[in-house]
Amino acid sequence: MRADTVTITTNAVGSAAAQYRRHSHPLWRRMLLRTETAIVLAIILLIIFAITTVPYFAQPYTYLTMILNSAPILLMLLPVTLIIITGDIDLSVGSVVGFSSAIFGLSFHAGVPLPLAAGVAVVGGGLVGLLNGVLVTVVGLPSLAVTIGTLALFRGIAVGLLGTTAITGFPSEVTQFIGAPLFVGAPVPMVTVAIIVVAIGFAVLLHLTPFGRGVFAIGLSSETAAFSGVRVNRTRLILFVLSGLVASATGVYYTLQYSNAIGTNGLGFELQVVTAIVLGGVSIWGGRGSILGALAGGVLIATLNKTLQLAGIGSDTISIVTGATLIFSVVVAGIAGFISRRRRSKASVIAAGVEKHRAIPNPKSVPSNH
Amino acid sequence: MNDTALLELHGVTKTFGAVAALVNAELVLKAGSIHAVIGENGAGKSTLVKIIGGLYRRDAGTFLLDGESVDFHNTREAKAAGIAVIYQEPTLFPDLSVAENLFVGRQPYTRFGALDRAKMRRETRELTQRLGVPIDPDREARGLSIADQQVVEIAKSISVGAKVIVMDEPTAALSGIEVERLMGIARQLRGEGKGLIFISHRFDEVFALCDVITVMRDGSYVATNATTGTTEDEIIHQMVGRSVDNLYPKQEALIGEPVLEVERLTSAGVFQDVSFTVRSGEIVCLAGLVGAGRSEIARAVFGVDPYDSGSVRMSGIDVPRTSPAAAMRLGIGFVPEDRRKQGLAMTAGIQTNITLAIRHKLARFGFIIAPLEEPSARTWAARLQVKMYALDTEAQMLSGGNQQKVVLGKWLATKPKLLIVDEPTRGIDVGTKAEVHRLLSELAGTGVALLMISSELPEVMGMADRVLVVREGRITAELPRATATPQNVMYAATHAPEVAA
Repeated sequence: MRADTVTITTNAVGSAAAQYRRHSHPLWRRMLLRTETAIVLAIILLIIFAITTVPYFAQPYTYLTMILNSAPILLMLLPVTLIIITGDIDLSVGSVVGFSSAIFGLSFHAGVPLPLAAGVAVVGGGLVGLLNGVLVTVVGLPSLAVTIGTLALFRGIAVGLLGTTAITGFPSEVTQFIGAPLFVGAPVPMVTVAIIVVAIGFAVLLHLTPFGRGVFAIGLSSETAAFSGVRVNRTRLILFVLSGLVASATGVYYTLQYSNAIGTNGLGFELQVVTAIVLGGVSIWGGRGSILGALAGGVLIATLNKTLQLAGIGSDTISIVTGATLIFSVVVAGIAGFISRRRRSKASVIAAGVEKHRAIPNPKSVPSNH
Repeated sequence: MNDTALLELHGVTKTFGAVAALVNAELVLKAGSIHAVIGENGAGKSTLVKIIGGLYRRDAGTFLLDGESVDFHNTREAKAAGIAVIYQEPTLFPDLSVAENLFVGRQPYTRFGALDRAKMRRETRELTQRLGVPIDPDREARGLSIADQQVVEIAKSISVGAKVIVMDEPTAALSGIEVERLMGIARQLRGEGKGLIFISHRFDEVFALCDVITVMRDGSYVATNATTGTTEDEIIHQMVGRSVDNLYPKQEALIGEPVLEVERLTSAGVFQDVSFTVRSGEIVCLAGLVGAGRSEIARAVFGVDPYDSGSVRMSGIDVPRTSPAAAMRLGIGFVPEDRRKQGLAMTAGIQTNITLAIRHKLARFGFIIAPLEEPSARTWAARLQVKMYALDTEAQMLSGGNQQKVVLGKWLATKPKLLIVDEPTRGIDVGTKAEVHRLLSELAGTGVALLMISSELPEVMGMADRVLVVREGRITAELPRATATPQNVMYAATHAPEVAA
């Protein structure tokens, strides 16, 4: 009797399983209606526009400096993207750059060999990331408050350590190597390789590992994640440590690139990092986003800045344009989400769609009978 | 005057989408009386209270207040009409004083336009004294006990001229003395000619306090009894009375070795000294009232919540504390009570949801990609006959029953040795309910041990091989299938153990 029931169920399963579609929308729609696609298109259009109308934009040197200038942001945004996907935020990364720069500079000044000094700075960054993580996960404070606090704290330490002095005199063969093109005449600097390698690392971690699935689950619903065996606090702690490590490594790179260790290195970088990530379609509420999108957001801002700069537009205007772009992208995303919800609620229940952006929770009342 | 009905409900109906929360509610409240409304969890009592209090609007039926039809759009209108609802957890402003809470939104002013604090204090003192519980008007609400907060709420409702006072399980969080005091207040209000609706699970209180008892079941009215003319047994029969034996396709399963062994599990203030065993192929039900600590026990076993002492063992191996990941490795699955908040990522796709708990198992060389996840998602969605369009359909687009199937699929995919299911059929339609029951029964047939929490007695009776009744954090009765009747279970759930024994 029981065996019968089971067999019947299993037979039905085979045909029913084949019925489910893999996706609710065709490939072209899923590809086109993505923030990543929109941003990449925007970058291409902007570059074409700049090449044809802005003088000197088409020079290899332009790309070289553009990448050199944006490299710190592109590196730092990688771990911060994961943090934002879990629903946390790390605003202390700019200060960690300054902190690491100070430690690196002082160690080097005290006669520590350069690689060891870099190692000390990176380990220091890991420790300050650990501090952030412990305050958020063990003490249970909101990450926004914690990292605003440590933003001031780490900057204060960095400036305090170095005072008004700047440490210079890093070996010129190293600093020149850092800023040099990949090969003679190439429009991309050495650091591009580092960005690509680290970006692939984080993209794999986020998109292709069980750990990354956990990161998304925490952002979608940390309670559901915990009930599904995701080690929520451990994951969040690891991400803050990774953020500290990458930001401090960026600090070492930044110091060498400009051959200058001062306490104000990396001032304000955290805002550029968050701007790039949000522009790249990562939901500030967590649960949604990709490394590709965040990187594209960073590249778009860098290209925009460079174009405006070459066109002779002042830095205050540049920041107005950057801010307006961000607001515009968020508003467009909001409207797109609203339209897709409207369309979906009109469509039949079964024709469910992928929503590009997180829906505002449906305030539909649920019967709660004890 | 005492013969006029203060409040009358006839044929009141309320549905939420496909779920009918209230089918045919009847209630006639007379002035100067205390009227009990009782029923199992999910009988529709809360929905009824919410309609009376203006939180919900009825879909059909008549609602008369003082003989006139009313239709409240919000709680403000209900309050203005003289209806006050006192909830189990009062909703005072913690930072304001008692007097300020009493007069919030209608503060008296002096001639000079300043707050008339003297008047507020005086009236607060008078009101609380009238209720026999003087409370310092200047105390912050924050430090008050729940009982005192309820007194403040009652005082507030009297001072705005409430005629009908609804108390929704007011005694659930009170100590014995506080209950006595509250009952004294209720009797005094009755003497003043007010109509009181008293919702409680505790029979002793209902019989000691109330004049009339209305019983509800499955969202419908069952009967109204004068307290003097009825007995506890009759009320219990009215609450559960229906044939429950053949609705549940319980299969005979071979009951084998112990799988889960819980010993002297204690979490201070939550549950104490809980010991039980679940064997392979066996369905063990934790029955009892909401708030008795059943879910808390299950959550501690799975490691979502910590516990103070005791041990949990799976097939003889200790399950570490507070680690759901470790519990899952040892073969425990957990279908939580709240599928929207704990079971599913509502804005994620079905595939993501089904494979979340098995993401480590599906990974190859540490990496996981969608094609590795797809077969599992497809198989489990199909086995449970989830009605959906595509594997990336968001979970929030599905009906409650289909959502619950996705949660079940997510845990069945882990191939558990022990599956804990907490209220597996809450808020889902009858058809899906039967499917879930058949599935759980089949699962036990394959040797899985099942620990089920349910507040629905028919479900408990129909599914369980053994019923453990939990009352106030302790297991007060263990009833094998043969002797577990609704009456026995309900009795053990509502009476102190020494009485039950």
